[in-house]
Order: sequence, then structure tokens, then C-alpha cells
Amino acid sequence: MIIRDMMPGFELYQPANLKDALALLSRFGKDGWKLAGGNDSLTWFKERIKRPKAVIDISDIAELKGIRETADGIEIGALTTLTEIATNPIIRAKYRVLADAAQRVASPQIRNTGTLGGNVSQDARCWYYRYGLPCYRAGGNTCFADTPEGMNREHALFESDRCIAVTPSDIAPALVVLDAKMVVQSASGERVIGTDEFFVGPKIDITHLTSVKPEEILTKIRIPKNWAGAHFYFEKVADRQTWDFALVNVAAALIVKDGVIQESRIACGAVSAVPRRLNAVEDIIKGQKLDENIAKLAGQSASRGARPVNYNRFKIPLMNNLVMRAIRDAKA
Amino acid sequence: MAYQLLGKNFVPPDIAAKVTGRAKYSEDFRAEGMLFCKLLTSPMPHARVRNIDASEALKMPGVIAILTPDDVPQFPDPEDLILYKEPYYVGAPILAVAAVDELTAANAIEKIKVDLEPLPFTLDPLDSLYPGGPNARTNGNVANVGLKLQTLKWDAAAFAKAEADTLPLGTPSESWSYGDVEAGFRDAKVVVEESFVTASYAHHSMEPRSAMAYWENGKCFLHGSSQSQSFMVPGMARYVGIKPEELVYIAEFCGGGFGSKGTPYPIMSIPAHMSKKTGRPVMMRITRAEEYTNGYGRGGFQGWVKMGFRADGRMTAVDMYIVGENGPNQGFWDFRNAGEAVSVVYQPLAMRWRGTSVLTNTPPRTAQRGPGENQTASAIEPILDKAARQLGIDRLAIRHINAPDNQGKVGAERTPLTSAYVKEALEKGAKLFNWDERSKRSGQRKGSKVTGVGIGQAFHPSGAHGFDGLVRITPDGKLHIHTGVGNLGTYSYAATSRIAAEALGYDWKNVIIERGDTRRALPWNLGQFGSNTSFTMSRTNFVAAEDAKKKLLDIAAKKLGGAPDDYDLANEKIVSKKDPGKSMSFAEAAQEAISLGGAYSGKEVPDNLNPMTKGAVALIAGTGLIGVAKDMLPFSGMPATFTVGFVEIELDLETAETRILEYVGVTDCGTVIHPQNLHHQVKSGGVMGIGMARFERYVFDPKYGIPLASELYLSKPPSYLDMPLSVQADAVDLPDPQSPMGTRGMGEPPLGASSSSLLCAISDALGGHVFNRTPVVPDMIINFLSKQPQAHRPLQVSTV
Repeated sequence: MIIRDMMPGFELYQPANLKDALALLSRFGKDGWKLAGGNDSLTWFKERIKRPKAVIDISDIAELKGIRETADGIEIGALTTLTEIATNPIIRAKYRVLADAAQRVASPQIRNTGTLGGNVSQDARCWYYRYGLPCYRAGGNTCFADTPEGMNREHALFESDRCIAVTPSDIAPALVVLDAKMVVQSASGERVIGTDEFFVGPKIDITHLTSVKPEEILTKIRIPKNWAGAHFYFEKVADRQTWDFALVNVAAALIVKDGVIQESRIACGAVSAVPRRLNAVEDIIKGQKLDENIAKLAGQSASRGARPVNYNRFKIPLMNNLVMRAIRDAKA
Repeated sequence: MAYQLLGKNFVPPDIAAKVTGRAKYSEDFRAEGMLFCKLLTSPMPHARVRNIDASEALKMPGVIAILTPDDVPQFPDPEDLILYKEPYYVGAPILAVAAVDELTAANAIEKIKVDLEPLPFTLDPLDSLYPGGPNARTNGNVANVGLKLQTLKWDAAAFAKAEADTLPLGTPSESWSYGDVEAGFRDAKVVVEESFVTASYAHHSMEPRSAMAYWENGKCFLHGSSQSQSFMVPGMARYVGIKPEELVYIAEFCGGGFGSKGTPYPIMSIPAHMSKKTGRPVMMRITRAEEYTNGYGRGGFQGWVKMGFRADGRMTAVDMYIVGENGPNQGFWDFRNAGEAVSVVYQPLAMRWRGTSVLTNTPPRTAQRGPGENQTASAIEPILDKAARQLGIDRLAIRHINAPDNQGKVGAERTPLTSAYVKEALEKGAKLFNWDERSKRSGQRKGSKVTGVGIGQAFHPSGAHGFDGLVRITPDGKLHIHTGVGNLGTYSYAATSRIAAEALGYDWKNVIIERGDTRRALPWNLGQFGSNTSFTMSRTNFVAAEDAKKKLLDIAAKKLGGAPDDYDLANEKIVSKKDPGKSMSFAEAAQEAISLGGAYSGKEVPDNLNPMTKGAVALIAGTGLIGVAKDMLPFSGMPATFTVGFVEIELDLETAETRILEYVGVTDCGTVIHPQNLHHQVKSGGVMGIGMARFERYVFDPKYGIPLASELYLSKPPSYLDMPLSVQADAVDLPDPQSPMGTRGMGEPPLGASSSSLLCAISDALGGHVFNRTPVVPDMIINFLSKQPQAHRPLQVSTV
């Protein structure tokens, strides 16, 4: 331990608008740190593990807050709190899977301060990485979890590459199934990317869980209206009913007509570094009558290709069951 | 018996300050010129400090001093130490740095070069007991209080003989037995035999053990975080290196201890040593991360039990073996309490207990709410259910037939219990819970959810004797009750003070409780731990009140004529029995006591008082009528407290999600002093029991020995959404004969009752005895339901 749990000093900047924030980020580059709700950042600082020179507190930037309807769907500012998302009437009415996911994040206190952008940008929760060990994700050259004796109950079933940490976000799978577009801005411009480009696994970048660069900010998230009012399902299984990360979570959106599944998007969190979209399951159920049998078949297909480590084999039946439930119990 | 105060709810006097935030805990104090100190702690589970180079740190502006193991007293192995030259666990304090502020101290710590030589370490007692296995300390692997540090290795044959899922039964360090155990098994209709593991876990008290100290006029003033008050003084004086009378100990509020702050602990002395070295007051704020290492934890078990039963469910024999996981130091005797608990709760006709206490390079252990007894409840109650199923008898019936009554006995010595009404508690609980109806729902399916019901029982010894009571009536007529027991947060300091007020017939609003600070004249009392306060302190407060009463009657006789027997106490007056017009107020009597002096005003005290009590009386002598006495009331046998729990759950077979629909806890703790508080204890202990059953455990990486679950969100105490949807609490409320007003403690068993009932319900929902382990986490349930092997080895202690 030597010493932990005591925040070192840093320069604090509190820009009042996005332009100033982006200018600061360009100036500090890798030495800068974006602070929004602080639930993830402050832990890193207190543990004296991540030690940025400059912290750019973006939490007061009004243009990054709020939920509004657009011609194409809705647009949510990245600083909108999880509580606002969970309780917003538009989201509840049309995109309920997102509200349900937000409602299951952490605890009320964390949802009141935690933001949408922060939740999808939060860092991996692998306890070896969080301990400050020099693992791959920390820029080192080993994985402490993926060893014959590693304590890896919460680690990945799929697509691990050296690092076996998983996405900790409950929001991420909901955004995947809503086909959300992520608006990422820097001083030099804006790019709009899908969740498949936003979330990155260790093959692409082993030290980050998103493709957002140090000089960029995730400013808003757009949800297209294609999936408005679909049959939705969200479920998270964790040890505790609150203030806990998912062992596995599932989000699903199904368009059902006359009892037949027209289209679907299904994703699981906490099984790989990125929210895992279940394309194979979507293919299997497309055009099928929605009943117990197809739900069961979908469940059995969900974890195909999983490569468990010592302690996480339970995630396979759990994931299968959650996908089965998502299809069986999705409600308009 | 009808009492004026007992059995009625009241507001303990410290509550207003707590709920308004005015209460000052140790870290809230400030003193002129105060420095802050931070600890450099071991990053390795076992190492030797070869060299400390603090030159860079000491050059930093604002850094005042460094305190190393050479600056502080060392204590005999395997005691907890103030600072370690040979750290035995990750987080063990090696040195402290004092600076003008905390940030400077922390930055200075990082500049210190500590050269550590890594040493072999162990995390698993069975690994350490194996021939050639690693020892937690260079000089041994087995120790406890009253068990000398030694090296114990079992014969490889003992390991070879046992299956992977069975505890090897090697040479024990201790054992006892009574009756003919083998005959008991021969006579049994059903014999069950199981090995089990209970996880170690942190106390995680909300207030970390921060402390502040300064020296003034030859005395050390120490603000500490502790459950206990007077009981802390001799031990803390030893750690500081002074005489008890040279220590002023202030601990008015405690933000939770659960056993980890019941007795003196060495790191509290660090600011005192640093203050002595620097000549300035020193504050040491312990952080949450540090609290997870130096803040102690509950010991775990690797155990084995064999139990025989007659056809009617009566337990004929028990054979039990406990390997206690004791941390690296002296630890606590949970392993012994396991045997005692079984002998009490089930009253087996014959029993043998064997055990040992093995050291591991994990956080130091101490008592946690029901140390040993509650792990035992969690391990044994589900096995009892297995026997009931095999015998085809009701799970309530098997508990009822074995439950102790007033003829109950304890352990090998067959010590009698002072009283026990467990059968009554089971009956009351069954009625409140509606066991007859609810137990029929066992195994019922609703979609993917299945219902489980369970009953659990737990015990703890609950009293001691021989401590001093002190009360004072001042000339304004007020009754001052001087209590040195401490304020864990259970309010039993206040509840037991009401015994003295009751005995003297006082109106509660004329009573002042003096506590929390040596300067308030506090007598020698036992610490606030071990469910003992309601018994022990009732006795001391009663004898002090009786002494005051005798003096009041004496004074009335002296002033108003006649004999003391001619008078009675009524409405804070001494009144003539024959002539009610002839009376004097307590206020007048107090004034008279001052004039009379001698024993009346505390100028003379009985010889048999503890020196601390004599010192306390000296502080207040001459200020009123002093009632002071050592508790010499008759005492024999063991006062014991019990709680039974009933629970109904719904378990989702697809996700392992478990909801508690109903919990009923009923306690047998003698006369109820404070009903509201008793309900809180049954419920809050119940909450902790949910943690033991379902979530809480230490996690260590086997290769590096580092603790991985050292944060609140990772160590997982139960959250508010894990609570039962409905909770009921009640008590048998029958008096204990050895407590002057029938009261007995009750703080600990509510945890074990809840934990064990919940574990029984989980097994019940899954159709039988499934797990021999705490906690039962979702992945274990999912693996079981999917017919997958469990991820952990059968007797592994540190799992995920």
C-alpha cells in the first residue's frame, strides 16, 4: 500500500463553456483529465494512481446538459445526470430501456451526480487494475487477472486480448440496442460515431475503453427514433441490489408485429471489454414467432464462443438466462 | 414486575448531537499547533524492513518528524504492534510522518525509501498446516490468546486421508469433550457429517479509527474512537508507555466498532508518540482504505462437524473440528467459541470439540459481533436442516427439542446457564412468522421464482461481574450516573443507567449521565462488547444505587431521628414510613452528605474498589452524596443470550436473485429495558447477518497476497435494497435471576440468527442442503443450478 486514499494536488480548471473546455484539453493533451460527476475520477485521484497535472472540470457547462426531442429522435447532453434520464417522461415513454438501465446504476447518490457521459466513459473495474498494478491496461506488460490463480469472477468471457477486463457500464448495452450516435467534439471539429466505434476493446486500445481522445469531449448522445416504442427489456444481475456493478446485464429492443419478431437489437454488458452485441441471436430470432421456445433457443445461443477463465464460468448460464428472459419478457 | 422506567422507550441523551451533526468524533477535534500524521504501510503481505531512508522527506517544507518502530514500544509476539519492523500483512504500518498538513505528510511518505525484503507468506490455514507449508511469521504459524505462538504441521497422512471436500483432521492445538461421543453416534438414527468454510471479512465501521493526542502538564490527552471507555485506559496507557492515571481518555462518540474497537488497539497510540516527539498536538486520520487493513476483521473457519440424532430429533452426539483463520497476530478465539456455541444451542448429550488457530498474512483479526458463535450458527443450522429432512421431522421441532432451557449447560465443564428461554423464543417467533402456514410454501414455484423458508438460532455469553458502580446526588437534587462502559452506539450505556434511576425512584429528567471523558470521574467498568452491558452494568449501577440508598436512609435517620429502617424513598425524598409528613429531599440529603463527609461524600471509599474507581471518586469527593460499590452480587454459571430468526425468501432460478420477503427475529435477553432499542438491535444485527450470509468476504490474490476487496463497494455490506420487505422484532421478556432487574445483553446473536435463517432458506429454496460456505454468492447458486462445478476449491478460504 505504502500510501493510498489521499488525493494529491493538481491544477483545477472550471471552464464555463465548451469552447474553453476544448481549448484547455488541447493545451494539456495527455496531462489533462476531464472531470464530470467525479464518481470514477475522484477514486483514481484518491488512490494516487492516476495523477493528471490539470483537471478540467466540465460539470458546469450548461450546453452539455439536458434532454430534448429532435426531428430524428432525442438528443441527450453528456452531462445529464442518470437520475434525470431515469425519470425523464420522454425517455420513459419511448426509450424505456435507457431509463431502466439508468435506474439500475449504482445508488441514488451516485445517480444524482453521475452523468450519462461519465457512465459510458468510466474506466474498467478490474480490481487488479484499480489496485494500481502495472498491468497491460495500466501500460505494463502482464495481466494479473488472467493467471492460473487470478481472482477473475468478474472478468471477460469474450474477445479478451491480453487484458480480460470488462465494460462496467449499465448504460452502454442500452445505448447499443437503441442504435445511439455519440457526438464527440474537439477544438478542431466534431465526429459522430456509433457505439461500435465509441467502445473499444483491448485489440484496438488496451489502455482505454472508448475511442475518445484526450483532446476530445463526448458532448451528446443522439437516439434515433427507429426504436422508439419498441418492446424493451433491461436486467442487471449483481451481488447486491444497489451500489454494485453487473455480473452480467442485458438490454434488448424488439420490434414485434402480430407476434412475430421483425427486428431486434440485443446486447450484454460485463462479458467483454465492450458491450457485446448479440448479432447471432438477432439473426436467429428474426422473423420468428415470439414465444418461450424461441426465447429459449436465443438464450442457448447467446454465449456461443465464450472462453471462460477460472472463476467466471457462471456467467455463461447467467448470460444465456438473461438473453432468454430479455426475449421472453420484453414489453412494449 | 412493574417498573417506572424499565420497559419504556426513551431518548438517550447523545442522540440530539448525533442527528444534528454537533457530536464531535475524534477526528473533529483541533488543538493549537496541531500536526497531521500519515502512515507508510506495507505493500507486501510479509516482509522485513532492511532500511528506511527518510532524508528526502525530512527536507520537504512543512515536514516535522518521522516516527519509526525504533521510536515506539515493541510488544511480545504475536501481539498487534504500533509500528512493524517485520510487517505481517499488506497495510501494516511501518512508520508515520508528521507535517503541517495532511497532504504534505502524504507527499512526504512517497519520498521515503523503504527497503523491504519479501518473506514467505500464507493466506490459507490448510496450506500452512501442510508439511513444509509457509508460516505467516518467521517464528510460527499457530497462536491465539492463551495459545502460545508455535509451529504446527500436520502429518501428510491426515491430508491424504481426507477427500478434497473434507477437512483433514490433524493434530489439534486444543480439545475438550464430555459424555460418550461414540455411544451417542451408535445410538443415533441419523448421523450427518459435513465440512464447511466461513469467510473472513472486515468490520468496516463507518468511522475509521482516527485519533488525536497532545501532552499537557504531564498527562497525555487522547481522543480515540472506541466502543469502550474505562476499559481502554490501562491498555492504551501501556501502548503510550505511561501509567493509567497519566492518561486522559476522551471517547464520547463512536461511529461503529462491531467489536473492532472494544479493547485497546496499538495504532491509536501513534499520535501520542508523535506528539511526544514533536511537542505538538498530532491528529492521525485513518482512511477508509487503511481501515480495511489495520481496522481488523472477523476470523474465518475451515471446519468439520459430525452430528448424531435420535428419531425424535434430539442431538445425541457432536464431534466438531475448527481450524480458525486468525490473521497474523494474536487475533481472537472464534475457534473456541464455535464449540461452546454448539454445546449451548443444541445441548448435545455428548460432545467433543477440537481446534487450532492458524496465522495468515491477512489483516489482523479481532472480535466481530458474535465472534465464532455467528459463523457457527451459519455453518451448523443448515446442516441441522439436513438432519431434520433425513429424519422426516419439522425444522421447528428439531430446534425446539434441542433448545436449552433453565437446566441448560455449557461446554466440557457443564457450567449451568443462568436462564434460557429459547423454546419460548422459538414458539413466539413461529407464531409471529406463522411458521405452520409459511413452511408449507417451501419449494413453491411462481414462474422462475421459488420460495424458501428457514429458521436460524444464535447465542452469545452475555454478562460478567465484579466491576464498580458510581452515582452521585448533588445538592441540586440531580442524580449523576458515572458510567465508564463506553458508547458503541447501542445506547446500552443509557439504558443500564436507568437501572440506578429506577432503584432510587428517580424522575428520568433529573438524571445526568457522566461519561465519555476520564475527567468526568468514571469508574472501572468492563468494555462495551460481548453482549455484556445490560447484565454487567445493570449490576454495577444497581449496587451503586443501593449504596446511595443506604446513605440516604442513614442521613434521614441522623437528621430526623429514628432508624434508617423507619424510612423509605419516594419522589426523590426520604420519607418516614410512619409519619409521611417527616421527610427530607434528596437535595437536602446531598448537602448533608457533604457536611458529614467520610463515605457519605466520597472522602472515604471501600477498599475493594478498583484504583481507577478510587481515582474517580477522588475527583468528585465532597460534591454530593456518593454511592459507590463493587458488584459483589451472587454470580454463578453463564448468562447467555439468544436470538431466533425466521425468514421467507423468493429465489429466482434463472438469475439467483434472492429477495427476502419476511424476517422475524425474537430474542431471549431477560427483562427488556428499552423496547425500541431492542428492536433496533434485532433488526440491525439482522442486516449484518444478511452480509455474512450473502455478500461479505475478504479477497486476496493468491500469488501476491494483496487484498482486492478493500473498499466499501467491493467488500459489499448489504445495501438498503437487500433488506427484507418486512421485518418484525420481539423478545421473550422473562427475567434473568442473576441480574438485579432481570436484564441481560442481546447485541450479537441477531446477526447469527438472521444469517443462519437466510442460509437455511436458500438451501430450502434449492431443495436441500447445498452449500457448506459463507457467503453464498450468486455465482455459487448459478453454478449449482446449471450443474457446473463450483469455481473455488472445496475448502478454499479466499474466494471471489
